[in-house]
Order: sequence, then C-alpha cells, then structure tokens
Amino acid sequence: MALDFEKPLEEIESRIAELRRLNEKSDADFDTEIAALEKKLRSTSKRVYSRIGSWETVQIARHAERPLLRDYIAGLCSEFLELHGDRCFGDDQGIIGGFATLRQHRVMIIGHQKGKTVEEKIKANFGMASPDGYRKAMRLMNLAAKYKLPIVSFIDTPGAYPGLEAEARGQAEAIARNLTEMSKLPVPVIVVVTGEGGSGGAIGIGVGNVVLMLSNAVYSVISPEGCAAILWRDKEKAPEAAAALKITAEDLTKLGIVDEIIPEPTGGAHRNAEGTIETVGDTIVKHLRRLKRMSARRLIDQRYDKYSKIGRFKKK
Amino acid sequence: MAWFRKSGRKRVETADSDLWTICPSCSAHIYKQEWEDGLKVCPKCNYHARIGCTERRDLIIDKGTWREYAAHVTTSDPLDFSDAKGPYKEKAAAAKAKTGLKESVLTGDGKIGGIPVSMAIMDFRFLGGSLSGGCGEKITLTAEHAGRHRWPFIIFSASGGARMHEGIVSLMQMAKTCAAIARLNDLGVPFISVLTDPTTGGVSASYAMMGDINIAEPRALIGFAGRRVIEQTIKQKLPDDFQTAEYLLEHGFVDHIVSRKDMKEFLHRVLQYGKRR
Repeated sequence: MALDFEKPLEEIESRIAELRRLNEKSDADFDTEIAALEKKLRSTSKRVYSRIGSWETVQIARHAERPLLRDYIAGLCSEFLELHGDRCFGDDQGIIGGFATLRQHRVMIIGHQKGKTVEEKIKANFGMASPDGYRKAMRLMNLAAKYKLPIVSFIDTPGAYPGLEAEARGQAEAIARNLTEMSKLPVPVIVVVTGEGGSGGAIGIGVGNVVLMLSNAVYSVISPEGCAAILWRDKEKAPEAAAALKITAEDLTKLGIVDEIIPEPTGGAHRNAEGTIETVGDTIVKHLRRLKRMSARRLIDQRYDKYSKIGRFKKK
Repeated sequence: MAWFRKSGRKRVETADSDLWTICPSCSAHIYKQEWEDGLKVCPKCNYHARIGCTERRDLIIDKGTWREYAAHVTTSDPLDFSDAKGPYKEKAAAAKAKTGLKESVLTGDGKIGGIPVSMAIMDFRFLGGSLSGGCGEKITLTAEHAGRHRWPFIIFSASGGARMHEGIVSLMQMAKTCAAIARLNDLGVPFISVLTDPTTGGVSASYAMMGDINIAEPRALIGFAGRRVIEQTIKQKLPDDFQTAEYLLEHGFVDHIVSRKDMKEFLHRVLQYGKRR
C-alpha cells in the first residue's frame, strides 16, 4: 500500500512488475527496460524520501503495515506470558502486557496494541486505551518493581480513548496516577516510541529512564489534525500544524526528550519489518545492559532529573 | 488537549449598564455590587465564575503573609512556533500585557489561618491557563520548595490543558510536575488539589487529580477529553451534568465540593490533619 507521496514510486514499481510478467509469459526480452526502470526507481526513491516532511512522517508512522507491539514481541521474545486485567474493572486490549524473555533478559513488557485485522482493531479500540488499560499497565509495572524486572514500554497510540465510560471511570486520574507512580519505580524503564505517540495517552505509560524513538515515529501533544482545527480553524492545514508542532524523532532529540533514534529502512519500518524489529531489539538490549547496573536510587533520581530538565527556565 | 475549548456555556456578554453583570452560565442579570460582594458566584445558579490568581490568593492567604516564589520564570518558545494568527511569542506578549502576569500560574507561600503553606494558583486569563514549560517549571520549583520546608502544597487549577504552542515540551510537564508531587508524597508533605472551572486535558490528567484531597468548586467543568470530541467519537449526546464537579463527586474522583466563600475555612480544617507531629 503506497502513501500519496509515494505514488511516483508505485507507478514505476507496477510497470516493472508488468514487464516481469510479460518476460515470463512470452519469449520477448524486456531485461534492458527493466534494468532502466530499476535505476529510475532508485533515483526517484532517493528524491522522494530525501524530501519527506513531518506530515509524510505522520503517514508512515500510521502506516497500516507498520510493525505493531505483537510483531515486536514475536520477533524478539522467546517467551511472552501475557497478564490480564486491572483488578478494578476489566482487561483493556488497547494496552497489553506481561512477563517476557527478550533476548535472554527477563523483563516486563507493556505497550499499546493497535490491531492488524478489523476484528483486532475493534477489540483493541485502535490502540486507544481506557482507564482500565492504564491501570493494568500500572499494576504490571508495580509487579515488575516487586520482582526487580526492568520494564520496556512500547508506545503506539492515537491517544487515550475519549469516551463517556472512559471519563466516568477516571481517564484523567488513571493517567495522572501512572505519571506519579512511574517516577518512583525502582527498576529500569525503557520507553520505545514505535509509531504514534499520541499525547496524554502516550505519556501515560511513557515515563522512562531512557526514551528511544523510531526514525519515522511521531510524538505530539495533540494530533496535527486537532491542532489545525483549533489554531488554523481548518483541518486541512494539518501538514502545517505537523511541521509547527515539531513531532519527529529528530525534533524531539533536539528538544532533549528523545535519547536515541532507532533508524528505519528507507520508506519506513514496514519495508523491512524483520530488520527493524532486530534493530529495535539491539538498541533495547544495549540500554538494558547499561541501566541494569544502576541502583534503584540512581534510577529514580536519573528519571526525575531527565524530566525536571525539560522546560527548565534559563535566564537570558 | 486543547488549552481552550467551548464549554457549552454562553459567552460572557458585557452588560450595557455599569450596574449589571450577566452570569456567564445562566445569563441572569445580577447587580454588579451583589456579584462582587458574592465573590463572583451567581446567586441564581451558584455558578462560580472564573477569577484571577491574585483575587484567589487574597481570598485564601492571610493578609500580609504572601511571598511570591519562582517569580522570575516566564514563557519561552522552545518550538519557535507560529500558527495562522502569527508567532506564539506575540501571543504570549499580548497575554502578559493583558494580565500583568508572566505565566499562567502564580506561585508562592503564605499562611492560611496561621499555617504556612506553599501555593500555586493557575489563571485562566493567561492563554487559557495552559500548562507550558514555564508553568510546569514554576509548579515543580514550588513543590520542591514546599518539600524543603515541609510546608503543605496547594494547587488551584484553572486550565484548558497543555499549551499546544509549546508542543511536546508542554506534554512533558505532566510527567515533570507529577514526579515533584511523588516526592512530596515520599516526604509525607500534604498536597491538596483544588479544581476550579475549568480543569481539563493535561492538567486534569496530571497534578490536579493527584491531591491527597481533591476539592472542587461547585459546577466547575472537570474532565480529560473535550465534550465535542467525545460526542463526535461516540455519536451520542452527553448528559447535562457530564464532567461537572458534581459528576466527579458522584463518580468518586473528588472528596468535596466547596463554595468559594467557605474555601479558606475548609482548607484550614483539612490542614489541621496534615500537621507534622
């Protein structure tokens, strides 16, 4: 599935495919044409992807074939023992979690799950968690603290669910409590923004010692569409809002919020999901090794300092 | 998490006469003198109109005891942000000129009935009381200050949420301020949250909900997502009392609804229990 700005590439790709079919079916030889087109594809690809802006990145971050949490778990963990329920109300499917053995490291994994098929998407509410999801995540993080397991939190959500029931059961309170309690966790917390970091719904499981971000992921206080509707009074201005909000991994690194960018293949993680998942695994393990050597006190203090530095006022 | 949203209430109209004020909630005409004497609470519908931070401070803090803290902190522009209406810098400058404030929150310490406290009072007039880098910094510095002195910390919230113009920096203030509250909890220092109209978005989803005691003013709008967003998502009309202080009390998220005229006395009562022994 090609995104709008990838249409020129899609055209060349389909012509190559067509010539290949003809090559197989008939005696005709299109090898030279194919080679020429492949060369054109490479140069066009370079041109298209060197010019992508924040809005194109948003589309890659939301790509239907982008790897999701369950893909990362399947690719990186020899075991995943999923745990269910918040012990208050239910078992939200927008956030999942459990014990996992990630490349020989026993950890607690939590994260948003968007779902691939229509059924999965509906079940996971498109990755928009309710208070039950945030409370389940906190329950699992407290369990990790008890068992002294590092926590790896995967972020990929359009935002916390804006619904009547979610408000009635305390969406605001659930997120606020997580922010408060996560700041005191005595174990390493590694946050990986893999797709969409949607505002309060993202930070609600996103307070870490280290924040990693895929090169085509985005993280924002409000969706570009939402911001455009309010500040531009026009949803169509989402590309302008996306640029103004500074939401890419590069922007967030400059702002001191993201600690390391995990590179994706040209065109996005979905172009080579397996490779991307491996790189994510390597990067997580690198930080796990480092953070596991830190004392509980040091972990808590380092996390506090990381956030208290953001927005620190400097006299000019 | 917009820092302003249409609450469904009618816009404040300016009455032609100097004698009258129109209630922003029920549109009743109230004698200006009665409105002021009643602390801007509508005698007809009990709506507690939005008031400024210094006005609020004078209602709560013992006369002559207030000392401002972290007063040097003002707005910054981490994203170099501009929207359809122009640069954020200009918008912030206009807000400063209009209100005489340097940020959306006033911070300091003083006494309530002789008990020393630290306090942060948000002001909706300053860019919708939005939570920005500067606002989060002031709240965090004041919480740390309270912790050092073991003074109870009180926040009066009045905010539409995070300040979009500061993007991710404003979002991160939710984590920063909550971490400061967590430290107060560790120290056993009381933290009391007072939610006034409106307390929504990122402010409701951070320190405002984290009080040892959460207190709300009558009929205040309190909630995470905006009413219109929810209606568009679930394609249903919401009940009239949805996201009001009374709704929050009923659902277990605030301890008490306290009228403006009784707030100081109520805080004083609560503080007696949080005294260090």
